[in-house]
Amino acid sequence: MQVQVIGAIVFWALAILTVAGAALVAFSRNIVHSAFGLLAAFFGVAGLFVFLSADFVGMVQLLVYVGGVVVLFLFAVMLTGRIEQVEISNLSRGPLPALAVLIGTVAVLAVVAFQTPWGPSGDMAAEPTTAAIGNALLSQYLLPFEIASVLLVAALIGSVLLASRRKEDELEDQATAEATDQPGDPPAAGPGGEP
Amino acid sequence: MRQIADWIILNLFGVADAGSWPYSWLVYLGMMVFAAVLAITFVAIFAGPVTWVERRVAGRIMSRLGPNRVGPQGFLQWLADGLKNLLKEDLIPDAADRPLFRLAPHLVWMGMFGAFVVLPFGAHLVAADLNVGLLYILAITSLVVLGLLMAGWASNSKWALYGGIRSTAQLVSYEIPTAFSLMVIVILAGTLSTQEIVRAQGGWPWDWFVFRNPFTFLAFFLLMTSSLAEGNRVPFDLPEAESELVAGYNIEYSGMRFLFFLFAEWANLWIMAAIGTFCFLGGWQIPGVSPDAIDALLARSHGWSWSWVGLQALSFAIFAIKASWLVFVVIQIRWTLPRLRVDQLMIACWKYLVPMTLVCILGVLAMALLIPQGGVLDYLIRGLMMVVGGALVALFLWRARVNYMLARDSYRKMEGRELWFPPYRLV
Repeated sequence: MQVQVIGAIVFWALAILTVAGAALVAFSRNIVHSAFGLLAAFFGVAGLFVFLSADFVGMVQLLVYVGGVVVLFLFAVMLTGRIEQVEISNLSRGPLPALAVLIGTVAVLAVVAFQTPWGPSGDMAAEPTTAAIGNALLSQYLLPFEIASVLLVAALIGSVLLASRRKEDELEDQATAEATDQPGDPPAAGPGGEP
Repeated sequence: MRQIADWIILNLFGVADAGSWPYSWLVYLGMMVFAAVLAITFVAIFAGPVTWVERRVAGRIMSRLGPNRVGPQGFLQWLADGLKNLLKEDLIPDAADRPLFRLAPHLVWMGMFGAFVVLPFGAHLVAADLNVGLLYILAITSLVVLGLLMAGWASNSKWALYGGIRSTAQLVSYEIPTAFSLMVIVILAGTLSTQEIVRAQGGWPWDWFVFRNPFTFLAFFLLMTSSLAEGNRVPFDLPEAESELVAGYNIEYSGMRFLFFLFAEWANLWIMAAIGTFCFLGGWQIPGVSPDAIDALLARSHGWSWSWVGLQALSFAIFAIKASWLVFVVIQIRWTLPRLRVDQLMIACWKYLVPMTLVCILGVLAMALLIPQGGVLDYLIRGLMMVVGGALVALFLWRARVNYMLARDSYRKMEGRELWFPPYRLV
């Protein structure tokens, strides 16, 4: 009994953290606050995974999303000059298509939500999942696993290729840079950096 | 802690089956709170004196005195500094982002402190022996990155922002060699749980993972190097490079808030030493005592078992001595090496550390396949590695002696009298 009460408290705390973080992402006017809201949401989701006794997935969620994705977002935000002046470059789509997408998404989510048989799945012991996941990945799902890793390697090589320019380009750039000598954008200032 | 809680339920309340007893959750909750208080106390008691050690070592290396006024040899300096910072005014710059500015030290502290949950201090002295312990350490310490970035941005100062961004770039890069060199351990131990990793080793040096084969030997040094970078320690302390950034991400902080960043830094000193110890140096394993025997002692004992308490204390002492030795070496590195440049930092990570850790992983896999465990060849390799490691320690001690002799000679030349033994007495 008491264990269920504690469980409920933990669940609601995590749920509120997740939803409040997500709300901050959507409604905050400050893009850095949004990014930190995302951190709270990811943290809450990781907690929910652990709460569902999926310890490995929870930790990977923390490692990849909190340690990787949010950091990357913040990095991009802080290295972007003039981020306060938002210029929407793509003006071809209006609010009506957005509404259609919204209705479609809500409809799909609603169907899923109402068709899922909610309810407790009975008492389950918190069993370690790491070894089972590892065995499954390296035996039953070896081919998808390998394909995914090849895809990741291809993405890595591709991004390196895009980021590093060829020698001739670099020489040309040096010539133009010497002619014009343009300094790059300074990093974004802190909060309220611009009045 | 779980086993100790079960022991309490059995002995104080006389309940044999903790699972079905309705009040066992209360005991578990109490033990959780107790473990948290214990860990925080440990951090406070460790971080305080280690500041004094660090400053004295710095003084010795720079041929000056260091703090020696408060208490015997200045040992109580950390209490005076802590009190001073508690009483200082807590300033928040007008232009700062107040909520984030206040939140940042909490995030840093949470990330550092979260790692203490799975650090195995002794045979049963671990707050929670998580099944995914090593992964948990890697994951939870990523909160530190975000805390530093938050501090740098919320301060609304260019120095702080540069410090925060530098620290993030560095931590994100060096997470990869850290994780890879820990992978070596996961391959050898076959588990992510910190206690199981310790149990996979042994009390004697030839059972430690560091001497298992040349690749683990290399991985140990790679791990220590990349955790230096993760902890923003010299030679990787670009985020707080005082000659370039004044103080880096914590420049706008004052009083206790400032101290919390430093607290986290020193706590991290212990964390990196502890990870090195329990992954490579045998952790708390007592030579000649099998961990199962200690388990049996707790499980069998109805009532107080002095031998169990003694073995716990011994295992903690062994762990603490190994970890403190690593902390001492890290402190000496801080005052020995110059700081890297940003481009050198990235080159060191991506062109040297990451490929070397990958070679280590492949090498360990190959060794595990080619050389049978416990065979003659296996022990031959372990012995060879121990000779190499012993030679390094001998070199360390010999250099310390040479430096001491130099100091003694110059003291005799300047003062005309003999320097009595402890080198810190260089007044």
